[in-house]
Amino acid sequence: MTFPFDLSASLGIVKPELVLAMGSMVLLVTGAFFGGARQSAISRGTVALMIVVAALVLTGSKEPAVAFGGSFVVNGFTVFAKVLILAASAVAILMSDRYMERTRAARFEFPVLVALATLGMMMMVSANDLIALYVGLELQSLSLYVLASFSRDSLRSTEAGLKYFVLGALASCLLLYGMSLVYGFSGTLSFDALKGVAATGASNIGFLVGLVFMLAGFAFKVSAVPFHMWTPDVYEGAPTPVTAFFAAAPKVAAIALLTRVLFDAFGAASDSWRQVITFISMASMLLGAFAAIGQTNIKRLMAYSSIANMGFALVGLAAGSEQGVEGLLIYLVIYLAMTAGIFACILAMRRREGHVEDIDDLAGLAKAQPVYAFALTALLFSYAGIPPLAGFFGKFYVFSAAVEQGMWVLAVVGVLASVVGAFYYVRIVMLMINGEPRQSFVRPMDVELRVIAFAATAFTLFFVLMPAPLLDAASAAAAALVN
Amino acid sequence: MEITLTHYLVVAAILFTIGIFGIFLNRKNVIIILMSIELMLLGVNINLVAFSAWLGDLAGQVFALMVLTVAAAEAAIGLAILVVYFRNRGTIAVDDVNLMKG
Repeated sequence: MTFPFDLSASLGIVKPELVLAMGSMVLLVTGAFFGGARQSAISRGTVALMIVVAALVLTGSKEPAVAFGGSFVVNGFTVFAKVLILAASAVAILMSDRYMERTRAARFEFPVLVALATLGMMMMVSANDLIALYVGLELQSLSLYVLASFSRDSLRSTEAGLKYFVLGALASCLLLYGMSLVYGFSGTLSFDALKGVAATGASNIGFLVGLVFMLAGFAFKVSAVPFHMWTPDVYEGAPTPVTAFFAAAPKVAAIALLTRVLFDAFGAASDSWRQVITFISMASMLLGAFAAIGQTNIKRLMAYSSIANMGFALVGLAAGSEQGVEGLLIYLVIYLAMTAGIFACILAMRRREGHVEDIDDLAGLAKAQPVYAFALTALLFSYAGIPPLAGFFGKFYVFSAAVEQGMWVLAVVGVLASVVGAFYYVRIVMLMINGEPRQSFVRPMDVELRVIAFAATAFTLFFVLMPAPLLDAASAAAAALVN
Repeated sequence: MEITLTHYLVVAAILFTIGIFGIFLNRKNVIIILMSIELMLLGVNINLVAFSAWLGDLAGQVFALMVLTVAAAEAAIGLAILVVYFRNRGTIAVDDVNLMKG
């Protein structure tokens, strides 16, 4: 039997994905074999597996390479995105163990599902035709639906899973319908061939309608307005470690996928999609900023905050330039670090009787637990974009890319939205300093949470001193994508 | 009358639209939402196969097979989530899925 492509070379290129797929199946069988409820051992195994996979991704070739007849691609951009995704997933697993044990939801399937979702994300970031994209995206989505309803005895968690499933399936349908139109009006599924078609036939109305349907599907996956409705409910209802995972890795994967599709497949039609991205970016920033003001539940607040943050990240994409992609990648790294830190703090909001998630529970914390309050304050100020914390630089790079392209309106709207956003972040800090002290949280924090919160806080505080490594890596990745 | 590509596309578009309306207008039962999702996916499949035959390109039919496979997995997971939800809530009426408002 002969293949129309070099099979062994292709398998070499997808080695990290293969190892992750095999590894998660081994973990699944191990877990099933040695009985349920032993989440922590399987979790450690999954984290170790992810570290191995990240090492394989990093040591693999960074030169552009295609596998399986051009349906899978590896280059500097995909390597950057995959390392981010793996890091975010591993951190989410580390944060989950003790929470799951305390809420009696510990099951070994949890880390395995996270690993499978991660595999889907890695596939979709590397996809180079529409079938590979769809399969990767669904592998990720199906795992996430189950994760959202993971506390199966909790009404809120199952309701979150149900809502996420229905709206996620709807978004997949929109995406597929768009793909079928793009296929019909271009005659190809491969990104490389689509690039040529987009250059000549970008004015074809069927092709553009297909592109808009696809953008609607992607907007759902990154929870951008007007497809954000699921985010607050799912974030509030899902178990907190799952929310921490949702806020980090899938967002990075979806944005990286969107960037790859728009630049690789539809790069020549950029005038068409830049309008759409500009609109959803502005709408997300504004809605995220204003809707967060009235929230009382901190997970719901983080949902609106993540909507706004995706809006800021999309500013870099709307710029449509290499500099914009570079800003986008820097923004994603900083967003991941802040999100990991803040969810470590949220997971530490625990009294003797159990976990709490009201913002009012943080009142007066500055006196009772000054170190915790300091870390949370630094992270919140970083979210608000106050210099010289890391969050400021993330916003600075995307806005300057937009201004470079003459998109003043977008940049001004972004700055206004971040001022409004600063209001509610600072409100939490004021509450911690001035509020009436309540019963303080259980101390000491779990060691994993302490390490993650400490590392994230240190990153936001000291990023200004040593920004060069991140800037260099992001600019190399952006150059690999655009050229 | 000869059946052309346009006819297939119109049928697919109608099925897809019925599916979307089924999701948003139905207030009774979550099962109907699952059926609407299947309807939308089938509309997409008609599109893919029609385009594939019209273009004389096999890739579209391969894609349709992939969509069918994933749709089966999706339905299985959807029903499983619905079952655990029903155990907790005791009803699957759409209007009652409202513990968190969004």
